[in-house]
Parts: sequence; C-alpha cells; structure tokens
Amino acid sequence: MANIMIRRGDKGEYVFYLPKRDLEDTIVSMEFDTPEKWGGEIKLNNGGAYLIEPQAAPERLPYSVRAKRLDAAE
Amino acid sequence: MSNLTREETEALIAEVLEVYPEKAKKDREKHLAVNDQSVEQSKKCITSNRKSLPGVMTIRGCAYAGSKGVVWGPIKDMIHISHGPVGCGQYSRAGRRNYYVGTTGINTFGTMNFTSDFQEKDIVFGGDKKLAKLIEEIEGLFPLNKGISVQSECPIGLIGDDIEAVSKKAAAAFNKPVVPVRCEGFRGVSQSLGHHIANDAIRDWVFERDGKDAQAFEPSPYDVTIIGDYNIGGDAWSSRILLEEMGLRVIAQWSGDGTLAEMENTPKAKLNLLHCYRSMNYISRHMEEKYGIPWIEYNFFGPTKINESLRRIAAFFDDSIKAKCEEVIAKYQPMVDAVVAKYKPRLTGKRVMLYVGGLRPRHVIGSYEDLGMEVVGTGYEFGHNDDYDRTIKEMGNSTLLYDDVTGFEFEEFVKKVKPDLVGSGIKEKYIFQKMGIPFRQMHSWDYSGPYHGYDGFAIFARDMDMTLNNPCWHKLTPPWLKPAEEAEPMAKAA
Ligand code: SF4
Repeated sequence: MANIMIRRGDKGEYVFYLPKRDLEDTIVSMEFDTPEKWGGEIKLNNGGAYLIEPQAAPERLPYSVRAKRLDAAE
Repeated sequence: MSNLTREETEALIAEVLEVYPEKAKKDREKHLAVNDQSVEQSKKCITSNRKSLPGVMTIRGCAYAGSKGVVWGPIKDMIHISHGPVGCGQYSRAGRRNYYVGTTGINTFGTMNFTSDFQEKDIVFGGDKKLAKLIEEIEGLFPLNKGISVQSECPIGLIGDDIEAVSKKAAAAFNKPVVPVRCEGFRGVSQSLGHHIANDAIRDWVFERDGKDAQAFEPSPYDVTIIGDYNIGGDAWSSRILLEEMGLRVIAQWSGDGTLAEMENTPKAKLNLLHCYRSMNYISRHMEEKYGIPWIEYNFFGPTKINESLRRIAAFFDDSIKAKCEEVIAKYQPMVDAVVAKYKPRLTGKRVMLYVGGLRPRHVIGSYEDLGMEVVGTGYEFGHNDDYDRTIKEMGNSTLLYDDVTGFEFEEFVKKVKPDLVGSGIKEKYIFQKMGIPFRQMHSWDYSGPYHGYDGFAIFARDMDMTLNNPCWHKLTPPWLKPAEEAEPMAKAA
C-alpha cells in the first residue's frame, strides 16, 4: 500500500502522484468514475497499475488516498 | 560545425561509453540519450534520479545542500544552524548569492554561518546538549531572529541525536519556531531529496505551528506567491515587479529574500506561482490539497516565455488583470526589441551546451532561442522523470540529453560537439575555459544577474555576448605555435 495523490491536470485529466518516489504521471483509465462509485483499478501512462478501494468520489481534488500497487512500472 | 544527425549522436554516445568497464557502461548507457520529440515519456529513453556510480566524477551535491543551501538558507530572518562538523556549512557559505535586504547580523542572517562545530567528544557522547546551549546563545546574541532551523549534517543521523526533542523544548522556552530538519547528507542520491525533506519540514513545523495565524493579514483577491525563486543575483525582484505591475499582490517569496512571516501567510494566497518545479513542487502540491490553492509553473527566462507565462497567470484572474498584463507586455516590448536588435546579430547561430541543476536545463532554452542561439545538449544534475518529460519538448531532435553526467563524459561530449558556449557550474568552468571554450556559470549567473524577467533578459544577452565574443578566445595559441603564414605579417611589421 502506498499513499498517492490524485489531481486534475491542465486538460482536465486525472494526474497520479506518488510522493514517496516523486513519481508523476497521467492516469489513462480509471475503473469507476461516477460520484457514487469512484476508484477501482487505475492505469498509468507509464504502464503501471494501482488499485484504489472503490468509494464515493472525493468532493475536491487533489485528494490523497491509499492505493495498492498491482503492476509497477520500471 | 554543423549539427549532428541522430546516427552521429548515437555513435558519439557509444564512443564515450567505450572506456567504461562492462558494468559501469551498462549503467551509464541508460543516462545518456538522443532527444526524440516524438517520445511522450522520458523514461523510455533516459533514466534519472539514480545513485551515481562509485568511481565516476559526479557533479551532484547532498541532501544537506538541498535543504540548507537551497530551500531554508535564503529565508533571511531565521537562523539556520549547520548542525554537525564545521565544514559543510563553512565551505558552502553564501555561495549561492541569494540577495536580500536587511542588516546582516541584526535582523537578517543570510550570509552568516552558524554551526555547532562538532568535535570528537560530541560524536562520542552526543551533541544534543551542545545544540541546546547553542540555541540559547543565539537567542542572547541575535534576539531579533524570528526562528531557528536545525539543518542536520551526516553525523547527526549516524549517532542518533534527538534534535526533535531539543527543538521542541527550545521552541517552547523561547516561544518561536525551532525547526529540526532531517536532511543528513547521506539521504537520497542527490540534493533533490534534501529539497523534499525541507519542504516536508515547512509543512510540518511552519504550517502546523500553533499561533502562526496571530499576525494581522488582510486578504485581497489578487494575492499570489512566488515559489521556487531563490533570488540569485536578484532574480525574484525582477520577477516580482512584473507581477506587481500587472496588478497582482505578491505576498510571499519562497525563499529568496523571504521571511518566516511570508511563509506563514502563503496558505492565504489565491494562486501559487511555481518557478523551480524540482525543489518546491512538494509544498505546492500540499497547499493545493490542504488549502485548495492552485499552482502553476511559469518561466521568466526570455521574452517569449515571459509573455506566455504572464498571459497564463493573468488567465487565472479577472479582465482588469488580463488587460494590465497586455499593457505590461506592450510596455516592455520596445526594450526587448532593442536588446534583440543589438545582440541577436552577434549571437545568431551559436550553439550552447548546458548542464545545470533541476530546472534551468530546460527553462533557459527560451532565452537562448530568443537570441537566435541553439541549445544542442542539456542535462540535469538531479532531475527526475517528470523533468525530462518536460525537457523533451523543449529540445530539438537528435540533440544530446545527459543525466548526472560524469566529468569525463561531459568533456568528451564537448570535445566532439564543439559548442560555442558551455553553461554549467564553477567546478566545470576552468576545465572548459582551458580547453578554449567560452563558459558561463549558470548556477550563480557568473556573479552577474538577475536573469529573470525582461530586465534580466537584457543582462543575460549582454553577458552571453561578453563571454562569447570576447577577444581572448583568439589569443589562446601562442605566436610561436601559430602557422607560419599567420606569423608572417608580424615579422614584416617588425
Ligand atoms: S554529505 Fe554530509 S558531510 Fe558532506 S557536506 Fe553533505 S552533510 Fe556535510
């Protein structure tokens, strides 16, 4: 489990940030993206994948959340 | 010399790598690349933020340098103790030229060196008592300091001193912030982790401190902050005036010419303007999440980028700011035109190789291009993937990228690429000057500056011209080594 931060990029896309490793990347897909259910498996541009426990969408971004690494890039 | 093609650049890298033993070669290979603008992600072509190889000459610094030298050091009304042996602080003292206003030793302390000067007995028996005594002495001698930070050097982490406990006690006793920073030099691979640790210390010990909101503050809708500008040679000042002319109110400078009060007020800003992304993105991200303050990166090197940045900043505010932004750009245009008209003809077509810290390898490219020059190679001491992502687009195709370049590689590249100018640090300066290649220090602006803003651009252009077109570069071959024809007219004259 790692602490990650999700924010909106310039073009409205989700951006992933892993403070521990200073890793910033765009999120290419998020499994659930509705107000009630948000998160699930997220895929990064660099090929990595993380799992956020599906939950209600955060009221405001950026938002820090715990995530599980499914598939590390690099 | 004309520019290299992709194949030639690749061959050059291969040639330089040839001298390394197999294992080192494999490692260094990943840090050298030929730029390809079609690559979206830098990590496909270049690896960064990795440990330097033992045995090669790296140009990097340590985490202590990142925290004390870069982030905390310039905060002028606090005293930053270099906690540990005397050398780390003394040899880096005042080296970065972060300008500030104030009376040094009375209410500002920027160029002074405070150290606990560890001796053998402190290493053996621990230095906590000494630290407590030192803070007491500081309070007696410099009562106008607004706070103290304890910047750990290597031994502190090794002997396991509890600087947090000492700091807390001292903070309570003197009723001012005393910030322990765990930035021991051995942490991380370069100064970059020091920036991160320093940012986290600000988050935990400045933003979270009780009573920090005691000071009066009247918010305005146009409050912005300058983050990640260290006022090298006055950089932050020449940036600040542009923002102020635009109608914005700059409530804090981080950290060049900055104060503790400014830092404490930053969470009340409307927008954080981030210049040095590498060293201060951490705190900007934190403020975005915790206080809902958006941040944007901007670039005040060279008129093209300045205009672009000013408009981007103005877009966050109402029409009056946008209108004033255009006025500011129009006001400086004649000055910029004059600078370009004067220097561009003298500099056009010249080729530059850069190797700087974590921001300038990509940020200054615009300034050179505005003068008709071309950057043919660039690299970071301590950049990360995201820095290279941003660099690829700025650099031309088949130019050289080198991460954490070693002394040997850099020299070889310069010998082969033959740039007209090299921009790097003091450690590289004399090597290249002796090779007969014009050189500018791009960390300290070679004791000149500022280079930010329109005013800075004028100084930048003058400096580059002064260096590149200096007559001394033709005088490097002594007369008796010159070919006969050239010496002939001299003999006749005599
Ligand atoms: S690596 Fe350690 S000993 Fe060396 S300058 Fe940095 S803090 Fe000091």
